[in-house]
Amino acid sequence: MTFIPTSPAETEEMLKTVGVKSLDDLFDAVPKKHRFPKLNLPPALTEMEAAAHLSDMASSNENIREHLVSFLGAGAYNHFVPAVVDHMLRRGEFYTAYTPYQPEISQGTLQAVFEFQSLMANLTGMDVSNASHYDGATATAEAVSLAYAQYRGKRKRIVMSPALHPQYRDVIDTYTQGMGVETVGDEETNLTLSPESLIPYIDENTMLVIVQYPDFLGRIFDYKKIIDDAHAKGALVCVVANPTALLMLKTPGEMGADIVVGEAQPFGIPLWYGGPYLGFFTTKKSYVHKMAGRLVGETVDVRGQRSYVLTLTAREQHIKRERATSNICTNQGLLALAASIYMSALGKEGLKEVANLCYQKAHYAANELSKLKGFQLFSNEPFFHEFTLQCPKPASQVNQYLLEHNILGGYDLSADYPELKNHLLIAVTEMNSKEEIDSLVEALKEM
Amino acid sequence: MNTPSNLKYAKSDEWFDPASGKVGITDFAQSQLSDIVFVEIFVEEGEEVTAGKPIASVESVKASAEIYAPASGKVSKVNKNVVEKPELINSDPYGEAWMIQIEGGIAGDLMDAAAYEADSAARAH
Repeated sequence: MTFIPTSPAETEEMLKTVGVKSLDDLFDAVPKKHRFPKLNLPPALTEMEAAAHLSDMASSNENIREHLVSFLGAGAYNHFVPAVVDHMLRRGEFYTAYTPYQPEISQGTLQAVFEFQSLMANLTGMDVSNASHYDGATATAEAVSLAYAQYRGKRKRIVMSPALHPQYRDVIDTYTQGMGVETVGDEETNLTLSPESLIPYIDENTMLVIVQYPDFLGRIFDYKKIIDDAHAKGALVCVVANPTALLMLKTPGEMGADIVVGEAQPFGIPLWYGGPYLGFFTTKKSYVHKMAGRLVGETVDVRGQRSYVLTLTAREQHIKRERATSNICTNQGLLALAASIYMSALGKEGLKEVANLCYQKAHYAANELSKLKGFQLFSNEPFFHEFTLQCPKPASQVNQYLLEHNILGGYDLSADYPELKNHLLIAVTEMNSKEEIDSLVEALKEM
Repeated sequence: MNTPSNLKYAKSDEWFDPASGKVGITDFAQSQLSDIVFVEIFVEEGEEVTAGKPIASVESVKASAEIYAPASGKVSKVNKNVVEKPELINSDPYGEAWMIQIEGGIAGDLMDAAAYEADSAARAH
C-alpha cells in the first residue's frame, strides 16, 4: 500500500503558501545532479548472505564484554544489569512500540511510570518527577525551557558551568536557537576555579544557572552558596546529577536546587553504543505546570480503588499548542521501566552497595595511578567514581597505548578543553575488578 | 447560564465590570473548560494592560485557554487568591474568581449581557 501523506490539492496549497510554483522549484537549492545520484550498489544479497556479511562486519568491533577492559565514562557508565531487568522488560504486557496511556486498559504501565517518578523524586530530593525524557542532555535543555517559560521570556541569561558536560551544553545551544537568550560562564578556561566563580555572572536578567554534580571532571562541590545567590537574584538553579552518585551524596534538593535532571542510563540500561538512554527530570511542585513531558498521578477510581492516570496534561503541546513550554509530549517509557526494575531489584541497600563499590574502587585506582611517575590527579576535590588524571603525554597517545593492551582508557578531555591536553577522565565502576585496575596501573607504569 | 447585566463581555469570554474595573472569565467559559486546575496571571500590579492582549492563562483537566484583557488601563490589583484556588473560577466566576482590577479601565470592543448570551448560545454545543 502506498502511503500518500498529502493530496495534490494540499501540496498545491502548501506550495502556494511558501511561494513556489512546483515541487521542482521547492528543491531548487539541491543541485540537479545530486537529487537522484546513481548509487553504484553491489548486486543484491540473499538474506543468508546479508546476515553473514553483517555479522562479519560486526565482528570487527571490539566490545567491553569480550575484548576490552573499560575505564571510559563521561556521561555513560558501565554497570551490571541483573537479568531480571531484561526479563521483566520484555514481558508482552510492557513490551510495546508506544506507551499506552488509556487508564482503562493501562494500569500496569501507568503504575510503573508512577513508580519511576516516585523513585526519581526521592533520589533527587525533589517534589515531582516527570515520566522521563530521551536522555540527560535533552532533559537539561528542557530545564532551560522551564526557566524561560517561568519568566515568560523576560529573563534572557543562562549561566552555565564550564564543567557541565560539553555535549549537554551543545544541546542547550541547539534548543535555544532563536530564543534570543545568552549563555555565559562556560567560556572560562581556568577549570581550577571554584563554582562560586560563576556568581558574578548571575544577575537580575538570569533565568537559570546550570551546574553538574559531580561535575564533568568528576569533582563534587556543595552548590549551596551559588544556589542561595541565584535565588537572591530571582534565578532558578538546575543541577545535572549522576543518579548513582546521588545514592551516596547529599541530594541537590537539600542544597535548594529548583530542577534536578540527569542521565539515568546507569540504572539498568546497557551502554548500547550510545543509546537509547533515559533522561530524568525532577523539580519543585511550584514549577510543575511549566514542566515538559508526561506526568502520571495517583488517584481513586469510581469504586474508590487506587488507580493511575495521566495528569495535568493541559500544559502539554497536544492541548496547549504553541503556548506550551515544550514540544515534548512523550517519554522514554520502556527504559524508564528498566530503571524502575533495576532500582526495585537492587533495593535501597543494594543500590547503596553499588555506589559504595564504585566509590571505593575509583579511589583505589586514583590512589595507585597518582603514585606513578609523571601522573597526578588534576584536582584534590572529593570525587565519586570518576576523576581527571594528568598524564605525562597527550591523552590521545595514552589511550592508543592502552588500546594496544586491550584497555579502553579514559575520556580524552583535550577535545572539549584544549587546556587539558594531557588529561584523561577515568571512570571506575563496580564492573572493574581489582585485577583490572591493577592492569591499568601496571600498563601505565611501563608506558 | 449566568450572565449578570451590570457587566460587559468580550467575545473571548472575559467579563469586565465598568464600576469596579474587575476582570474575570464568564460562567459560559468555565462551563466549557470544566474543572479548572491552574491559573497563571502574567501581569503585575502597576503594569499597563491593553485590551485584547493576554493577561492570564488557565488550564482545566482537558483544556487550556489564554485570557485577554477586556479593557485597557493600569492594573491596580491582582487576585492572588484565585491563583491559589483555581477552582473558584468554577464555583464563583463573577465573584471571588475575579483575576485583575484595572484602574480607570477603558473597555475594549465589548458586548452587553444580552448580546453575549446570544453569542455564547450560538457557540454552545
